[in-house]
Amino acid sequence: MQADHSNPNHSNQRAFAVALVVCVVCSALVIAAAVLLRPVQQANRLLERQTNVLAAAGLLEPGKSVEALSKQLDSRLVDLASGEFVEVEDPEHFDARKAARDPTQSIALTPEQDIAQIKRRANYARVYLVWNKAGDLKTIILPVHGYGLWSQLYGFLALESDGNTVVGLSFYEQAETPGLGGKVDDPRWKRLWPGKRVYDEQWRPAIQLVKGAVNRKSPEASHQVDALSGATLTTRGVEDLLRFWLGPDGFGKFLAKMRKGGN
Amino acid sequence: MIFAAKPGWMSRQARDALLGPLFDRNPITHYVLGICIALAVTASLQTTLIMCMAVTVVLCGSNTIISAMRHQIPGSVRIIVQVTVIASLVIVVDQFIKAYAFELSKSLSVFVGLIITNCIILGRVEAFAMKNPPWLSFLDGLGNGLGYSLVLIIVATIRELLGSGTLLGYTVLPSAYEGGWYVPNGMLLLPPSAFFIIGLLIWASRSVRPGKK
Repeated sequence: MQADHSNPNHSNQRAFAVALVVCVVCSALVIAAAVLLRPVQQANRLLERQTNVLAAAGLLEPGKSVEALSKQLDSRLVDLASGEFVEVEDPEHFDARKAARDPTQSIALTPEQDIAQIKRRANYARVYLVWNKAGDLKTIILPVHGYGLWSQLYGFLALESDGNTVVGLSFYEQAETPGLGGKVDDPRWKRLWPGKRVYDEQWRPAIQLVKGAVNRKSPEASHQVDALSGATLTTRGVEDLLRFWLGPDGFGKFLAKMRKGGN
Repeated sequence: MIFAAKPGWMSRQARDALLGPLFDRNPITHYVLGICIALAVTASLQTTLIMCMAVTVVLCGSNTIISAMRHQIPGSVRIIVQVTVIASLVIVVDQFIKAYAFELSKSLSVFVGLIITNCIILGRVEAFAMKNPPWLSFLDGLGNGLGYSLVLIIVATIRELLGSGTLLGYTVLPSAYEGGWYVPNGMLLLPPSAFFIIGLLIWASRSVRPGKK
């Protein structure tokens, strides 16, 4: 199109003016939508997180609202380096993913440490505790994540108060191959987990995913879960990420303290 | 204003703007536009429906707004203005989906944001809305949105039914994994299957009306 300076539509000032007005109006529209809808979106995210935590701990009950059920979740921040709780006003405000990207709130992992392939680990983590009516600890729910085949898998591992026996494992965010690695959130596979023991006698992470079916007579059977068929790399990712988060760079120190009844 | 647009609000021209893109000038089977989104979101019908709504809303909105502004937009910056309007509409729609269809927004992930780069939208704005009054442009946007949706819904129905044995999440063919008789075809859940289905649809639609090029 040739510039026609006699036509006011084609002068440079006019082009700038129109572009400026369009940008200002559009920005205002976008800002308004983002600000006005933010509370609804945040509520969605909190509800989703609570649903995932409840699902991992096997506490979801059909017909009961997540808001009511999540009252039994006691969320705490843990300093992973010391294994101690950190006192904060509202642990729900802690954004683990943001913290893991921030050099002041996270540590870089050496390749030897980084078996879960997460590169950086946040200094703090939000865990959830569930207490029974008598006031004894019933379940500990830990956030875990690591790389599978295509994606970071994010999930929760729920352990009994001994810090060893699995209550449930569930992944709420993953982009593994549908039908193969994507079966990490298949209910039938998840049913294999409860009752497994994640540590051996020396309290080293011992969970294993084995090809074929687990031999129930083997002494190792209590540490073993069937691998996902046709998804070797996703399975390896799940095993590695559990070993990382149960190990000394993950929740190892925290769980050791919980076992001794400390904290 | 809009209704006072000259050609009459349901003239032959208006009908053509609305109905033409459904079959004869369908953005997917005729122009082969917007294919990447069609591959990405059609593994399940529910996400497809949300995507279709989002695309249709953005198409109608951007066509109407750009058409109303068409005499004010200098030729030298028209693409910038068009993309700015489209991008803003897409972000607003994305925010709404995240607020009111949170579960689905996760499976749509980045693809709502990618509507900005969908050639159908910029194509309609540049080819139609810049030359036609708002009411006609709105109908053209609606027609293209519906035409796009029609193809996506056909593809998603085939993929979800044969790939998972369900429709909208309800079991239609009981899958062998849950004790039924149907063995789901996992290939249909992978994006390449949409290529084959869309290819067959294009072939079918062009065989029915061979004169159209």
